[in-house]
Amino acid sequence: MTLKERSILPGFGLTMGFTLFYLSLIVLLPLSALVIKATALTWSEFWAIATTPRALASYRLSFGASLVGATINAAFGLLVAWVLVRYDFPGRRLFDAMIDLPFALPTAVSGIALTAIYSSNGWIGRHLAPLGIKIAYTPLGVVVALTFIGLPFVVRTVQPVLEDFDREVEEAAASLGASRWQTFARVILPTLAPAILTGFALAFARAIGEYGSVIFISGNMPMRTEITPLLIVTKLEQFDYAGATAIAIVLLLASFALLLLINLLQWRFSDRHRTVWRAMR
Amino acid sequence: MKIEVRGINKTFGAFTALKDIDLSVESGELVALLGPSGSGKTTLLRIIAGLEFPDRGAVLFDGEDATQRKARERRVGFVFQHYALFRHMTVFDNVAFGLRVRPRRERPSEAEIRRRVNELLRLVQLDWLADRLPAQLSGGQRQRVALARALAVEPQVLLLDEPFGSLDAKVRQELRRWLRRLHDEIHITSIFVTHDQEEALEVADRVVVMNRGRIEQAGTPEEVYNHPATPFVCDFLGNVNLFRGRVEGGKAIIGNVALDLPEDGAPDAAPAVVYVRPHQFDIDERPQGRNHFRARVKHINTAGPVVKLELATEWGDAVHVEMSHERFRALQLARDVEVFISPREMRVFPDSTA
Amino acid sequence: MVGATMEPKLIRWFLTGVALIFLCLFLLLPLVAVFAEAFSQGVAVYFESFRTPDARSAILLTLMTAAITVPLNVLFGLAAAWAIAKFQFIGKNVLMALIDLPFSISPVVAGLMYALLFGARGIFGPWLAAHNIKIIFAVPGIILATAFVTFPFVARELIPLMQMQGNEEEEAALTLGASGWQTFRHITLPNIKWGLLYGVILCNARAMGEFGAVSVVSGHVRGVTNTMTLHIEILYNEYQFVAAFAVASLLTLLALLTLIVKSAIEWKAKRYLAIVKLMAEESAA
Repeated sequence: MTLKERSILPGFGLTMGFTLFYLSLIVLLPLSALVIKATALTWSEFWAIATTPRALASYRLSFGASLVGATINAAFGLLVAWVLVRYDFPGRRLFDAMIDLPFALPTAVSGIALTAIYSSNGWIGRHLAPLGIKIAYTPLGVVVALTFIGLPFVVRTVQPVLEDFDREVEEAAASLGASRWQTFARVILPTLAPAILTGFALAFARAIGEYGSVIFISGNMPMRTEITPLLIVTKLEQFDYAGATAIAIVLLLASFALLLLINLLQWRFSDRHRTVWRAMR
Repeated sequence: MKIEVRGINKTFGAFTALKDIDLSVESGELVALLGPSGSGKTTLLRIIAGLEFPDRGAVLFDGEDATQRKARERRVGFVFQHYALFRHMTVFDNVAFGLRVRPRRERPSEAEIRRRVNELLRLVQLDWLADRLPAQLSGGQRQRVALARALAVEPQVLLLDEPFGSLDAKVRQELRRWLRRLHDEIHITSIFVTHDQEEALEVADRVVVMNRGRIEQAGTPEEVYNHPATPFVCDFLGNVNLFRGRVEGGKAIIGNVALDLPEDGAPDAAPAVVYVRPHQFDIDERPQGRNHFRARVKHINTAGPVVKLELATEWGDAVHVEMSHERFRALQLARDVEVFISPREMRVFPDSTA
Repeated sequence: MVGATMEPKLIRWFLTGVALIFLCLFLLLPLVAVFAEAFSQGVAVYFESFRTPDARSAILLTLMTAAITVPLNVLFGLAAAWAIAKFQFIGKNVLMALIDLPFSISPVVAGLMYALLFGARGIFGPWLAAHNIKIIFAVPGIILATAFVTFPFVARELIPLMQMQGNEEEEAALTLGASGWQTFRHITLPNIKWGLLYGVILCNARAMGEFGAVSVVSGHVRGVTNTMTLHIEILYNEYQFVAAFAVASLLTLLALLTLIVKSAIEWKAKRYLAIVKLMAEESAA
């Protein structure tokens, strides 16, 4: 078998050449710089840097808050997708368009806007302070920021599946005597589960690498409200390249593991699920 | 223009699409490439058009080797199965495209383009739809736009891939006759691909029957239908009854009867298959001549231009027979009546499965 | 929509209510907050925020960065989509995964990679210093980091679109005598223009709004390497809230514009798909 099948369309050499050149320059070269710098460290050096108490605390915060944020988004994302697809209400299309705001809004802008709302003299923070609830400058603030930036993922993965969902299946469940809740829990939810899980994983992956929207609201206190990406920046500002590299590798590996999981989910989701769907139609 | 195909081979991965194909199409001929899906007919058409490249072999246009010539230089009009109309262009712009992309020196003036496009649209009877987009046309109209577009560049060859494949039966019939008339008018060397034997037999001057990457037979519709060269051609063109037996002493032994063989029969003392088309039987209440056997009527269908009978032979084979309504009424057939049937014509081939 | 597949009215209202409260709290409120804070001391003060030389140079740098990175990524996106969607070759899936890579790398890590490559103590650091070329803590670094984070946007929109459209129209154009360039220009480009625009506006929004990656490589030299987002950070940390939100409001307007164009294209695409589906059903019938 040949490397490339002959085709009558021209331009493969040119476009492929430019693609590989640009990919190497912008992505592969920098990535290999990180790998080269990382391999300069011995295993024990790497381990020592990557597991200092401050680094561990940052992992706990970053992964913990991302997990909480993604969970909130899984629940509310499903609800929002459901309401947007199934119900009609004034402003539905406006809200639908606005779902992508966290993608479109620069993270620094969302960061200062959320801080303004949730700090103890902000619109919402002001009412929570008397109750003893502090959001800004606490881990709770990190959760709020990560919920914001992860919001579109679950909505956007669930929405198309729900739109394609065959109403006849629901009618069949109803005709077989299932209550509305039983139909939802046993027929609809299992169909949506892979999409919810994919959206959850995407939101989680985005959250652990997030920087801009968090650093304003978190307060950045080492050991308490310092997220892992911020720790990398701090190390870099102190010219601690080895420290920054080691922690970046941890973050990168976590991202890749999640990417793999997401691809696996989508593969199962599309291949297995779609063939079932196709067979049913 | 005369087209010759010499020793073409083509594989896709492990799949052999074409094997040692030799074919020649005379200037002005209308030829059908007929075969089931996967027989390689579309691949052959695309190779002639320069859309695909053979692994081995050559394509000659008027005796000149065109194998390495690019598609855009072949002056071939290609009509795609799904038309491939430019969806963002009007009917007019679609047809004008081939003229407008010519290098400036060869490009006709805009007025000339306009004249020629309008003329072509009149030819395909679509001048009233010039400003529509392809999405606003019916399937048959799209088909005719695709044809006009291909003709606009004054091709030396017209190639059509399943030209009526995605149309409904009625439109198909109409367009088929229309294509035949069009070809009689403009006389351009044309090859079209089809899996529909009726279409090939009705429209083409010559039919090339293909199977599994090989040519089974090439000939006039009359030749391939009445004198099939291989069991596949016999089977593929129209309905056919098939009897397995042996050839012995110049006779075909099927069940408990011996039938006289035509001269081009199978080798002696070997398993053989006898093919008889449903309309090539005579049916009678009494035995007539020598080649006959007994059968019982199982099912009668009189709805249609001919009467279709299903019978069972003494040894249990099912036989399908067609006859005229007049003959049917004369015989006064009914279910479970026993009759004598005799094949007027038959084809005998060695049984490759035995 | 009544009957077996509809919830009782009360539940519908409740679910809609909860969803809308959630969206207002997390989407609408931050949006309103930006403008409320920006105009909290009047219109005059708001516009005053853009008059400082630092603000102007930040806006200019952001525009310039986008003006360089977006065309580069468009060129790349078109090339990659043509090669991947129109041809069959080995390793296609690996290539597509590599193109998606920047989406899964933290912007901060992206910035770090460039620092490790071109920084003073980076792999090419000594060589660059010897030749008096500055990439990190200078404009080229900002452009490279922005190109990295916006790398997949255009390609990602175009590849599935061009795969879906197939090669037939291009083949038809070639048999009609069109050259490769004419085919691309008159057939392919018109067919992908909405997808291209979609990719461009998303790419542009991210290019102008990128913060983390740019922050690492910029060095925050006022008036020289500060983009709008970095300028916002500095103003905010200096308690110049009105000015910070004023600059932020510009980027927010850009985000809103992006959403409007995006929804318009999606709406158009949905209608187009509906027509195509209808036609398919018609011809199948």
